[in-house]
Amino acid sequence: MTTLTAAVRAPLTADRKWLATGTFAFLGVIDVLIFGLLAHKGDAGFVLSASGTIHIPVIKVPAAAICYVLGALTIAIAALRGTFDLSQTQKRWAIAGVLVFFLVALLCWADAGAIPLNIIGMGQGALASSIPLILGALAGCLSERSGVINIAIEGQLLFGSFTAAIVASAFGGLWVGLVAGSLAGGLVGLLLAVFAITFLMDQIILGVVLNVLALGMTDYLYDRLMAQNPNYNTGVSFGSIRIPGLADIPVIGPIFFDSTIFLYITYVAVIAIQVALFSTRWGLRVRAVGEHPTAADTVGIPVLWIRYRNVILGGLLAGIGGAFLTVGSVGSFNPDISSGFGYIALAALIFGRWTPLGSLAAALLFGFSLELALVLPTVNPVLPPAIMNMAPYVATIIAVAGLVGKVRAPAADGQPYVKA
Amino acid sequence: MIIEAVTQGSSTVMTILSIFLALVVGGILILFTDPIVTKAWSSFFSDPGNALAQSWDSVSFAYSQMFEGAILNPSTVSAAFHGGSIAAIFYPLSATCAQATPLILTGLSVAIAFRAGLFNIGAAGQWVGGAIVATWLGFGVSLPIVIHVIVCVIGGFVGGAAIGWFVGLLKAKTGAHEVIVTIMLNYVMYDLLSYLLSHPAMLQQPHQTNQIAPFIANDANLPHVGGPAPQAGVGFLIAVAAAAACAWLLSRSTTGFQFRTVGASPSAARSAGINVEKSWIWVMLLAGGLAGLSAATVVQGTNTQLTFNSYGTYGPDGITVALLGRAKPWGTVLAGLLFGALHVGGTYVAGATLNQVPDDIVQVLEGLIVLFVAAPALIRAVFRLRATSGTGMEAAAKGWNG
Repeated sequence: MTTLTAAVRAPLTADRKWLATGTFAFLGVIDVLIFGLLAHKGDAGFVLSASGTIHIPVIKVPAAAICYVLGALTIAIAALRGTFDLSQTQKRWAIAGVLVFFLVALLCWADAGAIPLNIIGMGQGALASSIPLILGALAGCLSERSGVINIAIEGQLLFGSFTAAIVASAFGGLWVGLVAGSLAGGLVGLLLAVFAITFLMDQIILGVVLNVLALGMTDYLYDRLMAQNPNYNTGVSFGSIRIPGLADIPVIGPIFFDSTIFLYITYVAVIAIQVALFSTRWGLRVRAVGEHPTAADTVGIPVLWIRYRNVILGGLLAGIGGAFLTVGSVGSFNPDISSGFGYIALAALIFGRWTPLGSLAAALLFGFSLELALVLPTVNPVLPPAIMNMAPYVATIIAVAGLVGKVRAPAADGQPYVKA
Repeated sequence: MIIEAVTQGSSTVMTILSIFLALVVGGILILFTDPIVTKAWSSFFSDPGNALAQSWDSVSFAYSQMFEGAILNPSTVSAAFHGGSIAAIFYPLSATCAQATPLILTGLSVAIAFRAGLFNIGAAGQWVGGAIVATWLGFGVSLPIVIHVIVCVIGGFVGGAAIGWFVGLLKAKTGAHEVIVTIMLNYVMYDLLSYLLSHPAMLQQPHQTNQIAPFIANDANLPHVGGPAPQAGVGFLIAVAAAAACAWLLSRSTTGFQFRTVGASPSAARSAGINVEKSWIWVMLLAGGLAGLSAATVVQGTNTQLTFNSYGTYGPDGITVALLGRAKPWGTVLAGLLFGALHVGGTYVAGATLNQVPDDIVQVLEGLIVLFVAAPALIRAVFRLRATSGTGMEAAAKGWNG
């Protein structure tokens, strides 16, 4: 099988180098022509201090000029990408630079001549939108690195959010709710593991079905329990925790270190999983099981146990992400509250090439775009909200098609292991 | 390979056992959430008979109501003997066919993509594409009678096909994974629909504050049989014809053979001289078109007016329908009919029990049925059946790379 696929390689349908160059240049032209030319309505303002902290005056910048400069820089990067053979790291920096320039140009354009944008509030909102995406993508990462496809992230988020809300309301304990939400996600993970690993069911079908089941169950239980008894859905939620010292840093502090416990759990989870997967023996074993289970089994690694453990661990993590949707933010549960976040997390995982840091970057890009779509129409009423809402999804399509292209999953991802 | 997993499943017996097991599990869910039953069970030791009787009543009432709503209501039969309407006997079945129509078409959309090895999560977005074009042609253009309705249906196909073609094109030219692109396009299309329906210059009905399009012209409506809505009509015939066309395409035509070869093994197809990329583009175009047809049957058939909520759950349901139908065209028709019956029955039981049994139970049942159908090992274990070798469902999954 391996030799066959190696022998008959797919012809390169489009040269990645030119595709990336073209995408960069396209974004640069948008920076200049659309954002720059339409930003001649005045200055863009940015508020950089939260109330009650050190005051930083509102920064005013000439919007059009900034857009021209950023556009020119982007086109320069495109030229570099097209002319020289860049190293892998340089390519990543190029992508990051182009995307950041694009977002800043977008902000300048949207805010030109309008009310100053509150960068602190946007940062907090963007991080909050990213939390369930990051935790969901990490759940997928744990599971898929060990060779089990996890499309059920959506179901794990949804069931986690429902359980967290109902338990926190019924028992009046937020922490109990958080733990219960995590366990509910773990339960969906356990179902995924049992059917995928023991009953050898097709994992893509299984994931879709678990999502359908989670949606149906939570809708049903919502109608039967919560809608008829408001005591089961009181809307309690966690308050934010200020990290002493760090939270006083201007700009960065209020965004990153003055949030609910969920954000801090997310920091720990990203770092722990990145380090564990790529720098420990634990992670080497997980990856071995995901790439070549037969070889792993031969050297005595318990393949099925590692898969069970990772899928359930992932479920527990996604359950926390689900709990965030209720007890971490709005408090009360609504039918289909996860509204496709699990699928976006899946896209972030694939976009991030099955690594925690890559998924983090993709999820942040997404969360930031979601926040932009929410905030920009309020500062600049000319922008139609529905069109702004498209931005994150269009951005992902451009990024996936123009910059990432074909990705390679762990080799044994989705293939059940049966001992010969 | 997912194709094998979907297509070569267990036998009819296993499917029936799966449906039975799903009904049992769904029944348990109904019991646990029925206050009368849980109260009877709390005094189980003083009056066990009552607990069991209440449980039986609760579940059998729910399921018999579903049957009456979706298949046959005995009271209409006895009424017909006493001079009532004979047509009324067939209203439930007709409603089932009407509900099944869009499900069959989105199911075919997902199924045909499955056969070429692609996972089309985007039937919802393609549905919206078809709905926008069909609606616009329906009220914005005046054409002679008969021609108008045909043009609208074709427009629906084209609207969906354009979205599907774009997915196939991106996959073929840039390698972008169809799962990501289709998920993202779903949201893009929802937002586009929301935008179009909020501007009277676009698709919004004038003097409206809601997101609602004008009624489409009468001569663009698909005719349907009489009786209380929804009733089956020409839309159902379109769905069956589409299934026949897919069946012919997949099993009798060169293109279909190429699709299936690409689905079975892209590298083998490539070394056999098949243009894999071209197959991806074509199959996604067709899949999108089928989802667009589904939209046409809804906006021109049962609804006649596009709202922001019109897309409902046709896209996700299409996935479960295709899976239950094992990605075979006629299997998809049967699965669509079953799910149509469940939807009609669910609405009926929710009305009959004053929402004591919400119609969400249907979604639970659908999920359970597909879960059990796709896990024959579990069904065999539950019903103590002997394992038959090579049911094909086991050890047959495919990853992201293939």
